[in-house]
Amino acid sequence: MSTMQATDPTLVPQPSRRTWAIIVGVIVALLVVRGLIGNGFGKVYVTERDVAMQKVSVPPAAGAPADADAKLQWAQVDAGTTPADGAPVVRWTRVDTVPPKVFYAAEKADPGQTAVRLSWPRTVGLWVAAFFTLAIFSFLYADNPAYKFAEAVVVGVSAGYWMVVGFWDTIVPKLGGALAPGLVKLWVQPSIEPVGSADQVAMWLALVLGAMLLTRLGSKGAWLSGWTLAFIIGVTAGLKLVSHIESDLLAQTAATVRSVVAEPPGVDELTGAERFFTILWPSLANALIVIGVLCCLTYFFFSVDHKGVVGRVARTGIWYLMITFGAAFGFTVMGRIALLAARVEFLFNDWLWLIDPAGNRAVPIVNGIVETAAASAGLLGALR
Amino acid sequence: MSARPFDRRWIFLMMAIAVAVPILVIGLTGRTFPETPTPAARAAFDAIEKLPEGTPILLTFDFDPASAGELQPMATSFVRHCAAKRLKMVFISLWPLGGAMADSAIKRVIESDFPNLVYGTDYVSMGFQAGNEAVMKLLLTDFARAFPSDSRGTPASQLPALQGISRATDFPMVIAVSAGYPGAKEWIQYVISANLGTMEIVTGSTGVQAPQLYPYFPRQMTGILGAIKGAAEYEALVNAKLDGDRVPPAKYLEAQRRMGPQLFAHLLMVGLIIAGNVIYFRQRGAARRGTATAGGAA
Repeated sequence: MSTMQATDPTLVPQPSRRTWAIIVGVIVALLVVRGLIGNGFGKVYVTERDVAMQKVSVPPAAGAPADADAKLQWAQVDAGTTPADGAPVVRWTRVDTVPPKVFYAAEKADPGQTAVRLSWPRTVGLWVAAFFTLAIFSFLYADNPAYKFAEAVVVGVSAGYWMVVGFWDTIVPKLGGALAPGLVKLWVQPSIEPVGSADQVAMWLALVLGAMLLTRLGSKGAWLSGWTLAFIIGVTAGLKLVSHIESDLLAQTAATVRSVVAEPPGVDELTGAERFFTILWPSLANALIVIGVLCCLTYFFFSVDHKGVVGRVARTGIWYLMITFGAAFGFTVMGRIALLAARVEFLFNDWLWLIDPAGNRAVPIVNGIVETAAASAGLLGALR
Repeated sequence: MSARPFDRRWIFLMMAIAVAVPILVIGLTGRTFPETPTPAARAAFDAIEKLPEGTPILLTFDFDPASAGELQPMATSFVRHCAAKRLKMVFISLWPLGGAMADSAIKRVIESDFPNLVYGTDYVSMGFQAGNEAVMKLLLTDFARAFPSDSRGTPASQLPALQGISRATDFPMVIAVSAGYPGAKEWIQYVISANLGTMEIVTGSTGVQAPQLYPYFPRQMTGILGAIKGAAEYEALVNAKLDGDRVPPAKYLEAQRRMGPQLFAHLLMVGLIIAGNVIYFRQRGAARRGTATAGGAA
């Protein structure tokens, strides 16, 4: 299996091409077997319906001023509508994904029907998603070209997507909408409203600052970008300073100032041991919080040597910090496993049709195996 | 005693089995583990529960498909709870793909199970707005300026759902489902902390972000669903209220289904940590004994 002897424990032996060929061959063979069971797998079905929108006149709302005019507004109309009054009608076909069981039911009622059909583009999309999922997972075994390809596609698509988002969600509506509202309204965003002159001036300033930032790309005049960076840092610091003082310093300090003896709601109605323990636990929690804050602050106080009492307090602070890091690590593990579970669910449910928690196919894999086995047995019987 | 190289791929294989087998078993049997709500999840549920019908709430979906595995189940439960309570839902997003996540939740929950709710009147999706904290600050002064139109292009002034809404403080509650920056932390810092007593926030966050948010509970943050565990607890509470003894639709059990793989993956992790420590201390003990023997021989 290995072509390289691992000497470092962190290195793993790299598989040979033969090993990769065997792995891919086994996966393909399993997929072929899965395809022969039940209704197969990895297919997406859709329905189509015609949709039409027409511009209609909407009278002013009740209570509107007497001189208010009716407004023209797009409204959904029957797809077979003929524009009698010359009002523009826009038509398109809406394609919706439906569960496979809808297709089976339609085929059972009317074999060869076309109302529910297999969507090749969406099916290919599903297989591409499955391929990329497996390609990324394959890195856990060893680095390989499929992983590199998937990684490069993710990076490229992400960068491209962010550029498109930045252009269409920021530059066009914000900058273009302020500086050339007529053009933007006509071109892409009919609902945009013209802004005031003060906003226009601000946007001219933003345009100039943005252009100055791009000077970093050139060999000369890069110092101009420093002004833009200074502006960004200044605004960010100004925004964050006030909110952090309010929410993280003052409010958190207030939340740390706690009563030594807690008084949970409803404690006055309790008596005896029940009252004692109802007060005890919140009081201990309060004490732990106050002690923890003081110990952690002591740990970060470097003007005094961490010896003697101060050293012991600081060491307690380290314990608090370690418990905090442990909790953060535990949450991170939980998050990562949830994401892994979501991808595995995608492979098992959407692609391989091994599970069907939503009852989308109504032909569970177990039934599929039984049916396929029965059909095979019938075929063998006929052959005999 | 020298350390033998250990092929870490065995750990990956064990983790794959620990995650895949419960998913298969739960997927085939439909059974999930019972959930007992923690105070933070219970507080989130109670806070929404006490809102009267028709109360406008701001749902901000600050996440994208990369964290949908964790956050989509809680987003689904939040929307279901709010729709059942007939709260007036205004969806916004400060993440480019958050608008699509909101539309997905609307389609999955409202359009399929609450067809009596009318878009534009009972709920509205305002889409994505660039600007991070600047948008939050703007929302506090002028909602329509921050979100001039909904995701379909209808001006904010023509949306009945936004009648009476001029700024963020007109929403008594913000529900923030967030995966990072900008997200729940910034909502607390920039919007909620300055309006304590007027507004409250309930958050659902990823596991990575949750430890940063817990210090705000309960004073600055009314409730929190921490990662998929919090989502499962809240999901169980909502299902118990809305479905009673009936088995809820599968889409409302997503978080509870994912607790199966969580349980076995965590057991594996705990086992590996214990094994790692045992091996470490054994090696350290052996090394000390070796040093002592060598010193004695010298």
